[in-house]
Amino acid sequence: MSQMTRRLAFVVFASVVSVSPVLAQVDFSGEWAPRMWEDQPERVPGPDLGDYLGIPINDAARLRAEAWDASIQTLPEWQCRPHSADYIWRGPSQLRISKEVDPVSRDVVAFHAEWLRSVDRAIYLDGRPHPPADALHTWAGFSTAKWDGDILTVTVTHLKEGYLRRKGLPRSDQAILTEHWIRNGDYLTIVSIVNDPVYLTEPFIRTTDYELNLNQQIPPYPCGVVQEIDRKEGDVPHYLPGTNPYTKEFAIRHGLPVEATRGGAATMYPDFKEKLKTLPPAKQDGK
Amino acid sequence: MRVHPRWWVAAGFAVIAHTAVIAQELKVAPSTLVHAPMIQPPPAGEIEVLPIRGNIYALLGAGANIIASVGADGVLLVDAGTGELTDKVVAALAQLQREWSARNEPRPLGFGAETRSSVADRHIVAPPKPIRYIINTSSTRDHVGGNEKLRNTGRTFTGGNVANDIRDSMEGAAIIAHENVLVRLSQAPEGRPAPPADALPTDTYFNDLYKLSHFFNGEGVQLLHMPKASTDGDSIVYFRGSDVIALGDLMATESYPTFDADKGGSINGIIDGLNAVLDLAITEFRLEGGTMMVPGHGRIVDSGDVAYYRDMLTIIRDRIQDMVTKEMTLDEVKAARPAADYDPEYGRTPGWTSDMFIEAVYKSLGGGRTPPRPVRKK
Ligand SMILES: [Zn+2]
Repeated sequence: MSQMTRRLAFVVFASVVSVSPVLAQVDFSGEWAPRMWEDQPERVPGPDLGDYLGIPINDAARLRAEAWDASIQTLPEWQCRPHSADYIWRGPSQLRISKEVDPVSRDVVAFHAEWLRSVDRAIYLDGRPHPPADALHTWAGFSTAKWDGDILTVTVTHLKEGYLRRKGLPRSDQAILTEHWIRNGDYLTIVSIVNDPVYLTEPFIRTTDYELNLNQQIPPYPCGVVQEIDRKEGDVPHYLPGTNPYTKEFAIRHGLPVEATRGGAATMYPDFKEKLKTLPPAKQDGK
Repeated sequence: MRVHPRWWVAAGFAVIAHTAVIAQELKVAPSTLVHAPMIQPPPAGEIEVLPIRGNIYALLGAGANIIASVGADGVLLVDAGTGELTDKVVAALAQLQREWSARNEPRPLGFGAETRSSVADRHIVAPPKPIRYIINTSSTRDHVGGNEKLRNTGRTFTGGNVANDIRDSMEGAAIIAHENVLVRLSQAPEGRPAPPADALPTDTYFNDLYKLSHFFNGEGVQLLHMPKASTDGDSIVYFRGSDVIALGDLMATESYPTFDADKGGSINGIIDGLNAVLDLAITEFRLEGGTMMVPGHGRIVDSGDVAYYRDMLTIIRDRIQDMVTKEMTLDEVKAARPAADYDPEYGRTPGWTSDMFIEAVYKSLGGGRTPPRPVRKK
């Protein structure tokens, strides 16, 4: 090998090394199809009424969920709402992640995530601060991210009120969401950790998986608000305390103790299995 | 790509292990986590300025939120704060006007004509234009406390109710409010001196609405009376070009709404007001954004937030109404905790606790006034 060739070989080697990922960054952009390996029934057809098993809620969250009436979704102010940033990963929809690149530095300055019915969810990597505390809260919240090796750790603030489950379990607008985006080849795993000082006593942690799908196209989702029900202006559907007839449905169907289905941090941990043995299964009222 | 099953199981365990590590790291009671560290907290004792849209800004920290329209015509304020930080409010407004001038009055390069030179004034900015109008959304101190000082730093276009003495008709900014604000403010509480004349509204209305008779900073400004809301003199203020609504005390994002039955306020008036706001507002996309709103207290909101607040108050109202119908006493109603599901977020404000709010709602709905039972006819 001549000196020239050797020098060229070094240059080629060096350039190959230099295009390998800086700081082990990973490209998350692409079309991702949901894989319902976790909690499939909760996602399609949807969570059962009165099932709060394994969710670290407090009494206030439980009381609000018991007051929840599905008919509230017919109010004009509710019809076209998207899922919030923390819940939408669990929606049944396809996901598209695109990357925003600074044309000069070629740095990835943001990822944008969109689903079938969503709003622009921007995740900023350019070091910008979060907005002032008194700024508007949104369904997507405000997300910044940093790399932990090849894991992208995202912090989301300024969330509008949302829900831990889409049948009435509330999540407040004070909640902070932390996400870890993990890509293994064609698989994407999102670890989501909700801290809610209003409705949770411990962090609520979920993982959700997607698989790369090169043939995917997300259809548009225009949404129009219509008058669905002829009701008195200002009526808000809800159940008065103690009048919701559906709270025991889930426990009865699965032969579970009602106390277990009420959720709370204790129901997340293995010790609860021992307690479960001491509790009677739910019965129909009057039986 | 075909995934080898063993590979996937391993990856799955890796994720589970990772999650467990995260869970372990987060063994911190989340109830103390109010704001993420990267959120900029509002500066204590200072005025926080948040741009809303166009010429409209919110000034937070001087009592009730102040909304300012800043532009070529000068300044129009919605509410005046308590008055303690008025100097800082005036300074913040002057800064906004300087920024507005820098953005909107670029000096063209001069050219060969005696009247077109830009040499002399290149580094000189015209003094900020005065406060022309102050609108009061209610008569409570945190909204009107700064009236006198702010009015006296300003200068209106025309006279108000002082037109009988035309010489001083342009002294100070005009103060616009519903007539009941003037009535309430004029009635000094027992044993207290009468308020100074300069703290009182100069222009009042007694119909459902009031419109500024000309554009101000390029847009129409409209007041809508919200009868029996926090008081009997509440207005919301609608900036029709910027599409911004000042909500006054219809909403506070960190507490239940305050209302004073002795001054004509009521829970149903508050809820009616919020429904009127939702009718007026148009969202940008998926029920967020669009018409922007500034509540009397707390953070910037839109229709989505107002709808949640309306839902909450309607639900609590319905519960207490049910208890009133069942002739429960106030103590029984308080013991039943009809707002327990909202208390962790809204019931912790010192000076306006959950119990105080429940008592006000109870009385507002006629609780404790047992009507005579109807005599059954034979
Ligand atoms: Zn107020």
